[in-house]
Amino acid sequence: MFDIDKWQEIFATIKKNKMRTFLTGFSVAWGIFMLMILLGSGNGLSNGVSENFMRDAVNAMWLWSGRTSIPYQGLKEGRDIRFTNADYDVLKDLEGIEYTSGRYYIRGNKFSYGNEYGEYTAITCHPDLQDVENIEIVDGRFINQVDINQTRKSVVLGKDIYDALFKDKNAIGEYVRVNNIPFKVVGICREGGGTRHRNAYIPVSTGQKVFNGSNRLHNFALTINATTLEESQAIEQRVRETMARKHRFDTADESAMGSYNKLEDVIQTMKIFQAIKIFIWIIGTGTLIAGVVGVSNIMLIVVKERTKEIGIRKAIGASPSSVIGLVLLESILITTVAGYIGLVMGTGLMELINLVVEKQYEVSAATNGGNGETIFRNPTVDLGVAMTATLLLVVAGTIAGYIPAKRAARIKPIEALRDE
Amino acid sequence: MISLKNVHKSYVTGSNSLHVLKGIDLEIETGEFVSIMGSSGSGKSTLLNILGILDNYDEGAYYLNGSLVKDMSEKKAAKLRNEMVGFVFQSFNLISFKNAMENVALPLYYQGVNRKKRNKIALEYLDKVGLLDWADHLPNEMSGGQKQRVAIARSLISQPKIIFADEPTGALDTTTSYEVMEMLKEINAGGITVILVTHEHDIAAMTQKIVRLKDGRIDQIIKNGDLKHFQHQYAKELETA
Repeated sequence: MFDIDKWQEIFATIKKNKMRTFLTGFSVAWGIFMLMILLGSGNGLSNGVSENFMRDAVNAMWLWSGRTSIPYQGLKEGRDIRFTNADYDVLKDLEGIEYTSGRYYIRGNKFSYGNEYGEYTAITCHPDLQDVENIEIVDGRFINQVDINQTRKSVVLGKDIYDALFKDKNAIGEYVRVNNIPFKVVGICREGGGTRHRNAYIPVSTGQKVFNGSNRLHNFALTINATTLEESQAIEQRVRETMARKHRFDTADESAMGSYNKLEDVIQTMKIFQAIKIFIWIIGTGTLIAGVVGVSNIMLIVVKERTKEIGIRKAIGASPSSVIGLVLLESILITTVAGYIGLVMGTGLMELINLVVEKQYEVSAATNGGNGETIFRNPTVDLGVAMTATLLLVVAGTIAGYIPAKRAARIKPIEALRDE
Repeated sequence: MISLKNVHKSYVTGSNSLHVLKGIDLEIETGEFVSIMGSSGSGKSTLLNILGILDNYDEGAYYLNGSLVKDMSEKKAAKLRNEMVGFVFQSFNLISFKNAMENVALPLYYQGVNRKKRNKIALEYLDKVGLLDWADHLPNEMSGGQKQRVAIARSLISQPKIIFADEPTGALDTTTSYEVMEMLKEINAGGITVILVTHEHDIAAMTQKIVRLKDGRIDQIIKNGDLKHFQHQYAKELETA
């Protein structure tokens, strides 16, 4: 196998038969190339869409209170439902709920520091909101339980607010006025996956106390512990039933308590992508089979074409195994190198597309207040899959070459040498 | 050197069986220059293929250099061919994508001689057949006579005991035919047994012994001394023709 002389003989044969080598190589390289493009595009589409989803935790769920629309247990419709801190305590310990944060809306959101001021959104929250909305801390910390317990006037500023009010100065420990009430900056944050960071977070207890909210809450942000659509719906149903019992409204009354379960959307969209992926795999497998057939076909012709040569070699003393070895090693060499070339070209093209897409993403992110839009990201193929596909073609080429090579090696030299 | 005892050979194609050799007994000594003649279909090429271990036979016995050649594994036959015999064919059978030197060197590749050494030896043999200047030409750039000389150099490079030539002059004009025959005579003079198949009387007349085949049997063996007589008879045949 590692006989230098044998390889020299093979290289000499390849060099002298450029067309044959090119055709064999091309069918392999093309097959791999197409497969890389197909799978890469599929992955890119899937990555792009799931990235749009991942801005918040995918298992997030939101609840908001409203006005009843269905009479229930003798109570008339049109009754306001009000969430309180007590609801937070109930939801927090409900089975299947991971993180819980309540929010009390506050009116007017004028932020100022020194001479700088601007209108931003102040969100009152529990510490868990960080996990529900995937908030990244750039500097300092997020709201913690001590802030809640001691109703501290702490604030975590979004990156854009910090940039506007502080420019590049240090903000941690400084006091920002929110609706003219000083809050101490404890952290700077970015919203997960997003490109706009115009929200500020303050402890919900402080918000209720300072802005006359008593124990009122307007909505809840939760994450649920579910992996399937059924589990997710079961938990949502449990939450609705619990709240309905507590606030006395019909479970089916969507206007008494609104809810949005992100996981349902995600799972349904992912199902579509699963289908697309399967479709791409079917096409990919088809491409691969076409490649295998192409390689096999060419190998058959190559061996046929070489029958006379094989006969000559045998007449002057080549053993059958050396003939088979010669044909097979050549085919393995060609298919491997060509497969690799296809792999590199396919990956290269995908990387090029990735480069363009990322550039577009950055441009759209810059113009769109930072929220980049894309449905196509990171269109790369798993290296293992690519390698397996290449290996498959090489093996197919080998088998396709082996059968006729073996037959050719068994032919009596005289038959191979017989004049046509 | 060669001893055939009652050798039979049939070709089976589908349901038809063609009995080509119907019991051949033949002795050829070392250093002989033998031609096998006969009309087409008489089995002369088949006999040569069996002698050259390119084909097997059905019945009888074939001793080459004292050892029985029968039901040999392909590998063993290949080794024997490589060491014992050289072939010259009517259609030259050079590998088209290899140049003259590489074609000549090929038998040594199968003996495991390294590239540098076998190419050097190949050049020596090309020199012997007067084609040193043509070493890096491909077969399709050479004339028939040149190709046959390359083939002869190739058959000689493994220093065989026997050269088998299947119609070596069949594709050549008279002048080149005689050149090739001179070359074979020289080889024979060097002690190598030469066996050739031909249907040309003038070519056969240059050998020391003629084996005439007819319908798969040996019809006549004309020894060296009788050659004059044979030539005479051949001349007569020409006159009457």
